[in-house]
Amino acid sequence: MLQGFLQYVINSLQWGSFYALIAVGYTLVYGVLLLINFAHGDIFMVGAYIAFFVSSMLIAELSGFASGWMLVAMAVPLTMLLTACVGVTLERVAYRPLRKKGAHRLYVVITALMCGLILENGNLALLGASRKKFPEMVDTVVLNIGGASITNLKLMVIFAAIGVFLFLHWIVTKTKLGMAMRAVSFDKFAVPLMGIPLNTVIVFTFILGSGFAGLAGMLFAMSYPILEPYMGALIGWKAFIAAVVGGIGDIRGAFIGGFLLAFIEIGVASVLPSSFRDLFAFSILLVILWMKPTGLFGIAKTTKI
Amino acid sequence: MQKHTFTIALLLSCLALVGSAQYSLLDQYILTVIMFMGINIILSSSLNIINGYMGEFSCGHGGFMCVGAYVSSVLSVALFTKDKVFGPALLPPDLAWLGFPFVILAGAGVAAIAGLIVALPSFKTRGDYLAIITIAANYMIISAIENMDVIGGPRGFQGMKRVINAMGDTADIPWMLIWIIIGTLFSIWIIRRFVSSTYGKGIIAISQDEVAAEIMSVNTNKMKIAAFMLSSGLAGLAGGLFAHVYGYVNPQSFNIMKSTECLVMVYLGGMGSLSGSVLSAVLFTMLIEALRFVIPEIDSLMHTMGILPDSYEISQVWKWVIIPLILFFLMQFRPEGILGNRELPDLFPKLRKLYSFR
Repeated sequence: MLQGFLQYVINSLQWGSFYALIAVGYTLVYGVLLLINFAHGDIFMVGAYIAFFVSSMLIAELSGFASGWMLVAMAVPLTMLLTACVGVTLERVAYRPLRKKGAHRLYVVITALMCGLILENGNLALLGASRKKFPEMVDTVVLNIGGASITNLKLMVIFAAIGVFLFLHWIVTKTKLGMAMRAVSFDKFAVPLMGIPLNTVIVFTFILGSGFAGLAGMLFAMSYPILEPYMGALIGWKAFIAAVVGGIGDIRGAFIGGFLLAFIEIGVASVLPSSFRDLFAFSILLVILWMKPTGLFGIAKTTKI
Repeated sequence: MQKHTFTIALLLSCLALVGSAQYSLLDQYILTVIMFMGINIILSSSLNIINGYMGEFSCGHGGFMCVGAYVSSVLSVALFTKDKVFGPALLPPDLAWLGFPFVILAGAGVAAIAGLIVALPSFKTRGDYLAIITIAANYMIISAIENMDVIGGPRGFQGMKRVINAMGDTADIPWMLIWIIIGTLFSIWIIRRFVSSTYGKGIIAISQDEVAAEIMSVNTNKMKIAAFMLSSGLAGLAGGLFAHVYGYVNPQSFNIMKSTECLVMVYLGGMGSLSGSVLSAVLFTMLIEALRFVIPEIDSLMHTMGILPDSYEISQVWKWVIIPLILFFLMQFRPEGILGNRELPDLFPKLRKLYSFR
C-alpha cells in the first residue's frame, strides 16, 4: 500500500515537473505582458525537436570523447539558447508589431493561437509525419527507495524543476531585472518614463520562458523518446491549466498548480481508463475558473468604471 | 415590386440550383462545394454573434458542431434505418424526409444546451479566460464523445447515407441540397432578426461596455445566455447537415482546427457584419477547394525549377499552415476584415431599394 503510494508520488512529481516547467513560461509572459502566449506549448514542442537535432549532432561528433552526462550537459544549454531564440523571434515577428500599434488584446490572442498552429503544422509539413526517436544519451539506472523504483532520469527532472524554481524566485525577487519585470506588470505606461527599457524587459521575459520550455522539451524527450509535431498541443494546454489553477502571473502558483494537476491526473488515470484524463483536467479548469477566476494565488482585480 | 426584388431573386436562384442539380447540369463535385459553402455560411454567421456582435472571444465552435452532428446522426440512424447497434427502424423509412428537419433541430437543441457550458462561466469571466473556457469545452466535448463506445468512440459513426437514400426512395430529388439551402436561409434569417431585436441591441451594448450596459438595465446574463445558446445551437444545426452530407462523422474532425476555420471566416468577413460573414464563408470555401489543386501544381512547378530536393514534396498539410497564416496577416494588417462592422448596404446604398426588412 505504502509502496504503491510512494510510486504514485514519484510519478506525479516527475509529471508535475514538466507541467511546472512549461507553466512557468506562461506565467512569466502573462505577468509582464498580460498576454496569454498560446504558442508556448508549441515552443515546448520546438524545444524537443531542437533537443533532438542538437543531441544527434553532438552524439555524431563527440561520441568517442565524452561520456553521456557530459553530452547532456552540453546539449541542455544549447537547446535552451536555440529555443529562446525561437521564442524571441515569435515576439519580434508577431507580438511586437501589434503592441506598437496598440491593437486590441483580442487580436494578440488570436495571433498567438495562430502562431501555435503554424508551428505545429509547419513542423508536420517540413519534417513529415514520421515520428522521430530520440537517441539514448545516458544509461538509465533504477534506484529503489522504500520499495518504489525511481530512475536517474526522473530524479534529474524533479531536481531540474526545483532548481529552476529557486533560480526564477531569485531572479524575480533579488535582481534588478526582476524588479523591472514586476514594475512592468504593475504599470506598463509609467515604466518607460522611469527610464526602464520596456522592450528589453519583455524580450528577457520571453528568453526566460522559452528557455525553460526548451529545457522541458529536452527532459521530456529524454524521458519519453518519441517526438511528434502535436506533442506540444495537449501538454501545453495542461500546463496552461496548471498555471491558471495556481493563479497566473505568480511563479509559486505555476509550480504548485503543475504538481497539483499532475497528482490529480495520475490519480484519475490509476482509477479510471486513461482516456478520461483529459476530460478530468479540463473539467477541473472549468470548475476552478467558475469558482475562483483568478486561481489559488491570484489577486482579485476590480474593474474601474 | 422593387421592394421584393432581392427576395424573389434569391428564391429563383435557389430554385435554379435545385433544378440544375436535379437534371445533372452541375457535376457532383461543384454541388458538394456549394453544400459546404452553405454549411460554412451557417458556421461563420453563428460564430459572428459571439465574436463579432458580443465582442467576446469564443474559439470552441467545433465542439458544438460536434454535439449537433452526433445527436442528429444518432437520432436519424436510430429512427429511420435498421442498424446493428440500435436495432430495427423505429419509424417507417418513408417518413425520413418528414422527420429529418426535426432530427436536425433536435441536434441543434442539444448543442444549444451544451452551449450553457460556456454561457454560465461567462457571467464572471471575460476576455482571455473565456477563450480558454471555450477551448476547454471543445476538448471536453470531443473527449467525452471519444469515450462513448456505443456510438463508435474514436472510430466515428456512420449510416447517415442510408437515411438520405431512404429519402431518395420517397422522391428522387437532391434532398441534401434542399435541406442545406433551407437551413442556411433559416439561420441567416434568424440571426438577422436576432441582431436587430432588443436582444441584439443588448449584445452590442455588452460589446461596447459591459458595466455601462448593466447600469443601463440591460440584463447582461440573460443576453449572454441567449447569444451563446443561439450561436451554439446554429453550430449544431450546421454540424447535423455536415454529418448527413458526409455520411460519416468522427470526433477528431471537429477539433480545434475546425474551430480555427470558423474563426478565420469570421475575421476575414469582419466582426459584427452578417453579409461579411456570408461573403467570407463563400470566399473561404472556394480558397480551400482551390488549394487542393494549387498545392500539387506548386509542387510540380518547384520540382521542375529545381528549387526543391527530389525526396521532398509539398503535401496537403501546407493547407493548415496557410489558413492560420491568413488569419495572422489579417490580424497584423487589417484586423477589421473585409467589412468590419458594416453591412453591404452601407457600402452600396442603392441596394437598400431592393429589399424590405421587416
